Amino acid sequence: MGSEGAFEVIAVSSTATECAVSTRTTRSGTATFSVRNSGPQITEFYLLGPDGLRIVAEKENIAPGGSADLTVTLQPGSYFTACKPGMRGANVGEAAFSVTGERVEVPAEDKQLFDQAVRDYVNFVKNEVAELQPKVEGFVAAYVAGDDEQARRSYAAARVHYERIEPIAEALGLLDPRIDYREIDYLAEAEALAKDDPTFTEWLGFHRMEKDLWVPAKDAVQPDGANAWEGWTPSTPEVRARIGSALKADVGALYDKVHAADFVTAQELDIAAVANGASALLEEIAVGKVTGEEDWWSHTDLWDFQANLQGSRIAFDLVAPIATRKGPDATALAASISREFDALQALLSTYGNLTDGFVLYNTVSRDQQRALAAQIDAVREPLSKITNTVLGAAG
Amino acid sequence: MLALGLGGGLGVGAVAAGVVASSAGSRQGVSSGALEYPFHGERQGGILTPAQDRLHFAAFDVRAATSRNDLVGLLRDWTYAASRLVMGLGVSASGAFDGRPSLPADDTGEAADLGPSGLTLTFGFGRTLFRTAAGEDRFGVADRMPREFTPLPKQANDFLDARRSGGDLCIQACADDPQVAVHAIRNLTRLAVGRAQLRWSQSGFGRTSSTSTTQVTPRNLFGQKDGTNNLKAEHSEKLAEHVWIADGPTWTHGGSYLVARRIAMTIEVWDGLQLQEQDRVLGRDKRSGAPLSGGDEFTPPDFTKAGDDGKRLIDERSHVFRVHPDSNGGVAMLRRGYNYVDGNDDLGRLDAGLFFIAFVKSPERFARVHTNMARDDMFVEYLKTTSSSVFLVPPGVRPNEYVGQALFEG
Repeated sequence: MGSEGAFEVIAVSSTATECAVSTRTTRSGTATFSVRNSGPQITEFYLLGPDGLRIVAEKENIAPGGSADLTVTLQPGSYFTACKPGMRGANVGEAAFSVTGERVEVPAEDKQLFDQAVRDYVNFVKNEVAELQPKVEGFVAAYVAGDDEQARRSYAAARVHYERIEPIAEALGLLDPRIDYREIDYLAEAEALAKDDPTFTEWLGFHRMEKDLWVPAKDAVQPDGANAWEGWTPSTPEVRARIGSALKADVGALYDKVHAADFVTAQELDIAAVANGASALLEEIAVGKVTGEEDWWSHTDLWDFQANLQGSRIAFDLVAPIATRKGPDATALAASISREFDALQALLSTYGNLTDGFVLYNTVSRDQQRALAAQIDAVREPLSKITNTVLGAAG
Repeated sequence: MLALGLGGGLGVGAVAAGVVASSAGSRQGVSSGALEYPFHGERQGGILTPAQDRLHFAAFDVRAATSRNDLVGLLRDWTYAASRLVMGLGVSASGAFDGRPSLPADDTGEAADLGPSGLTLTFGFGRTLFRTAAGEDRFGVADRMPREFTPLPKQANDFLDARRSGGDLCIQACADDPQVAVHAIRNLTRLAVGRAQLRWSQSGFGRTSSTSTTQVTPRNLFGQKDGTNNLKAEHSEKLAEHVWIADGPTWTHGGSYLVARRIAMTIEVWDGLQLQEQDRVLGRDKRSGAPLSGGDEFTPPDFTKAGDDGKRLIDERSHVFRVHPDSNGGVAMLRRGYNYVDGNDDLGRLDAGLFFIAFVKSPERFARVHTNMARDDMFVEYLKTTSSSVFLVPPGVRPNEYVGQALFEG
């Protein structure tokens, strides 16, 4: 256990009519409520906040004759304890419970680990953006020169470095709309975008170039069902030059922002942001990539999928060692997330890799997409609990 | 989060065991939101329970990496959550609103103010749980599958979509409020993440059967009183004969087989039929539901009675004639289906029909009736079955047990 202070076992006996707690007061620190159910029905034990409503910690589903432990880091203050035999109705035996002593701070060691994880993550972000720049320059050069074959070859590989850090870029104002909006995204927000940035008056970024490089058939449709050629014509060399230099400039601006001295403070990057970033990248996959809507014309969604997954895995790996310090439940949680991440990577690897390329997503069958979606959810569900664990909240 | 299984004695459900059938009468007058059926009992709920107004049915595939222990863990979690949901509670004590701010809530919350609404949750096992299509015994239960658990033979007018047929597990959620049924399936699906994946699901409205003599016979989307002759909760001898499993492995005794078929109706064509033709096809009067041989709705049909022209009043190819127990070696079933409308098709016709559910003692008995009907029942011309599944519904759950426990530990 990472916390200091008292460590106490408090006995609780739950019956049909009583919720007897062996002490009504204790000192701050880690305490374990050992709940024995001596009643005839399944019971629950709660530690409630001072309003008697909000559940600070709870143990549920304790069978008749059974026992269960609830371990919690107690901060000083007033609480209530209560049981709920039969799982519903009024609380039974609700009684005041007070915790005295000093506030339990995040241990200095944890604080160091938090800071180190944030530093490592920021270095990762900086490094990805640094790699993104030359890749984008090469891609843009081919696109502007009309070397479409070379541009098509470098499109997906250039995006990888962006997709690994997507949530960071998304937090930086209009950079993501300028760099990574699809046509349908841009059209839906065009007026608002121009208001926010008067220079932002046309669709820009990777996906506009993608459509020029994989020219849709005349009867092709957008993900929203609109005709692909409605309000669109292939870019002329002059337009290509303009779109290309805009992307280079926007990636340059991204580089400057993440390398700025105040990047961490300006973006309020803390350990929670890193942990949440791991989930945000998997949401990107679940919403856009696994449906094949991201790279609608090139069908290179699996490159983006792999990049999002790597970015998520790196953020998780940075916070996982902190989580495993929070007790056996937290260790088990981190282990199950690792296992599901491994399974997702193994499944994705059956479709290729970043070195040799992936199969195009329009060749992945519906059943295969279902299996990918199920495995993404299998990671996302336990991963959604990691921030709480890393922050070391009670219970 | 939802670990169950600390052992222990009998709890509240002991009081409730076996009262499902008799609860119908005593519940009258309770507002629908407050209507509550016990989860624990000798039989699972949702079979004899007076048919509620709404359905959400879901079938699941157990994922490849899921072990026998994981599967048992899922059944424990589902059992505990179900025992809460039927009381109108969230899936866990902290539920939708009382969890920590830095965690996603355990419960999704949309049914929080709606009460139990008569919710029942009925769990079943598909054949593929015992043995996959490739013959694999994934969970060490292949030798426990009853010999009676056979697949249905292909039927006339079967246009089955494999993607929305079958599955390793099923949950039938019935309630008087559609949001309560959907909430239950949504949250049970979420609890299964990582262990089982939703394969297909179907919502339904307007119960198409009465399962208690206290209920009037409802009408299907053809406008007919269908299922007048349905088995009812009050007919316990007939239920023993036709619904409850009594042969084969003891772990199945007191369970039943759930047959689910999504039957699309070409309602636009049907609507253009003359009223007398609609009556002839069904064999009953559309208004009263009485057999064309005379009497009222509940008068037994007289298949031999002839009219003035010497022809039988009830056509031999009518639905009533074909599915009647007299035409099927006495076989009857407990029907519990729902209407559905899933938008429309590309031709501008409603995608509508009957989500047929029946509980039978064995799949073979259903198949016998259905084959007799499908071969030349005039009704079938207006029907197209797009999904077909059979699940073994194990007997009821006692307190401190999980659903299907006797399969794994019996």
